[in-house]
Amino acid sequence: MKQAYLDNSATTRPCEAAVEAMSRCMREGYYNPSSVYKSAVEVFRELRNARERLLAPVRGEGCELIFTSGGTEANNLAILGAVGRMRDRQVLAVSAVEHPSVRAAFDALADQGHDVRVIGVDGEGQLKWDELERVLADGASLVSCMQVNNETGALLDARRLHSVVNGRALIHVDGVQGYLRVPFDMRYADLYSLSGHKLHGPKGIGALIVKKSVRLLPRQLGGGQENGLRSGTENTPGIAGLAAAVAEMCALGADMPAELMAKKLRLIEAVRSAVPDVLVNGPAPEVAAPHIVNLGFPGVRGEVMLHALEGEGVYVSTGSACSSKKLKVSSVLTAMGVSPRTAEWAIRFSLSPHTTVEEIDYAADRIGALYDQLKRFQRR
Amino acid sequence: MQDVLLVRYGEVFLKGANRPHFLKVLTDNIKRAVKPLGGHVWLSDSRVYVSGFEDMQACIDRVSKVFGVYSVSPAVEMEKDFEVIAQQSVKMMQGYSGTFKVQGKRSDKKFPMNSMEIAAEIGHRVLEANPNLTVDVHKPRHRLMVEIRDNAYICVEEIMAVGGMPMGTGGKAALLLSGGIDSPVAGYQLMKRGVRLCAIHFQSPPYTGELARDKVLQLAKKLAWYSGGMRVYMVPFTKCQLEIHEKCPDELGTLITRRFMMRIAQRIARDFGALALITGESLGQVASQTMEALVCTDAVVDMPVFRPLIGLDKTEIMDIANRIDTYETSILPYEDCCTVFTPRHPITKPKLDTMPKVESGLDVEALVNEAVEGTEMVIVEG
Repeated sequence: MKQAYLDNSATTRPCEAAVEAMSRCMREGYYNPSSVYKSAVEVFRELRNARERLLAPVRGEGCELIFTSGGTEANNLAILGAVGRMRDRQVLAVSAVEHPSVRAAFDALADQGHDVRVIGVDGEGQLKWDELERVLADGASLVSCMQVNNETGALLDARRLHSVVNGRALIHVDGVQGYLRVPFDMRYADLYSLSGHKLHGPKGIGALIVKKSVRLLPRQLGGGQENGLRSGTENTPGIAGLAAAVAEMCALGADMPAELMAKKLRLIEAVRSAVPDVLVNGPAPEVAAPHIVNLGFPGVRGEVMLHALEGEGVYVSTGSACSSKKLKVSSVLTAMGVSPRTAEWAIRFSLSPHTTVEEIDYAADRIGALYDQLKRFQRR
Repeated sequence: MQDVLLVRYGEVFLKGANRPHFLKVLTDNIKRAVKPLGGHVWLSDSRVYVSGFEDMQACIDRVSKVFGVYSVSPAVEMEKDFEVIAQQSVKMMQGYSGTFKVQGKRSDKKFPMNSMEIAAEIGHRVLEANPNLTVDVHKPRHRLMVEIRDNAYICVEEIMAVGGMPMGTGGKAALLLSGGIDSPVAGYQLMKRGVRLCAIHFQSPPYTGELARDKVLQLAKKLAWYSGGMRVYMVPFTKCQLEIHEKCPDELGTLITRRFMMRIAQRIARDFGALALITGESLGQVASQTMEALVCTDAVVDMPVFRPLIGLDKTEIMDIANRIDTYETSILPYEDCCTVFTPRHPITKPKLDTMPKVESGLDVEALVNEAVEGTEMVIVEG
């Protein structure tokens, strides 16, 4: 059966280079990077090279990079680690459309007595800047916003965020959906999280990039690896795989985001010609991230469309994969002012640079055929 | 001297000429239950014994869930030497305090002391050794049982087991298994009466997904433990539901859907060799479970339909679901076929004589045939 994998924001297929690098690391370079003989020092050196490789694309020279088990741990370490070093009760700001790993960290801080303020977004998923300004005026010490929204592809204006904050608070940016697909510059953030398996690397590896001036309280104690911020023997195969995947993504060149955007627009056009009623949830596709679009198919619940597409070998998701087992409408879409009824129809399509035009055309064709069948049968 | 588990059976005891058959089935089921522990099982003197296992608690857990077992006691088996028995009795009563009683039982009449003498002498020894104990022969807190059979057995604790009838002695039936809280409980209740089940599940892709299917198989697995495996029939039900949705009045949709499920289930049940259907309905719980609605669903089948939960409240059903460990799985929020096209205002008092007219737009026979033919059988390991 033909297939179209359009769920790359849930996870991506590890690239050959990543699999190869991991396999080599496990077969040959399996030494503990903390050991002191030559073969182990080689591994240590590779870790250092991997850090540099990951930092370069976001102009993070001079920043620290802590390897974590993935995006969730990186987000947790950034938020809980930063606030852990602050005294007294803090005012904290978080956008209304964050990933659960960010939201839950702030919920935990609120339970500890901190004053957590949620910054709303408009229909395009853009921060309500005036709300942010008020919270900053109240003395907020940490602001957390995602670079690319995982459900709608809405983009953060990091430069504006940086200038609005103007040094008054630490800025954490969850870059899990953005890293390497949307340019980013560490000038605009103090903390930046990324994850390996969203960019054709392996699962179980991610990183937090930290400006040197920022102090974090470690959340995992032990042998003092990762500058004391994340103890435990380094996941060297994961790191090798991640570094290889990053190298491969970078090798796609500067035109990659534009090509990705062209593919996304092609998908939307093809779907629209098959289903003229299709809705775009969130920002206009042209001004959103090049790889994510959230579409609504009026009268057909997203879950039904998803399973129908699954039957045709087309893989997509409703909302984000992490929360889509919970069977409720997306809080991200609701925060953006999408009505619950409309939110029920939502399907997220997420592409990768490796998504082919054939996959896109096949998916659009199947969507058209299925929509005509499914819209006949609605709950009255 | 060795640790054994002494197993008492309940209702099987009441059987007449069939008793040997029931006991053979019960013993075989206990053997199957303790097989992973490497235990040895035998029947003797109206008791079942298990020995040769390492983990007493694991053995108790398993055997006390075998249907037909009334209670179990961890016991010590030894030679029929009074001194040995007395010393072991003293040892076993060391940690206890409060009132106690020794209950002697002698089925080997060659043993030199009778039951009364055994009880009196052992009681005396235990009392002397443990000052925290006093005797109460009427309402003792602890009961030390000393039994002289082909060997001597001593036990103190008695753990109540699940009861019921041995699996396989009650015939075969087909359970309509939805994935909700009720149907696994209904299946369990009948299994407890010795009924061997198959499960029938209706799936409606794309309205239901792989997770809903996985959930049902997980539930089936919980039940399959009691019977050492179970067949689950997965019925493709989308077409029936869509036809009903298109051609029947909305407010009767659920009821007509139930009627189709029963028709299809009966066909599958016959193939399986079942004599009855089982559902998890509880009177009045939802619109399709009023007495009038049940009359309409029963009318399409001629097999008996067992509804063991008919008189239970939801909370009572949930209690059993928790006890048999299906509750947590049942409440996973995946859509099942029953909720796909739930009408907003279902009729609660449908009339049986209107059913033929309501279904006249449907080719009932063809839809049922197609569903039965497309059914997939999955074997779930116990």
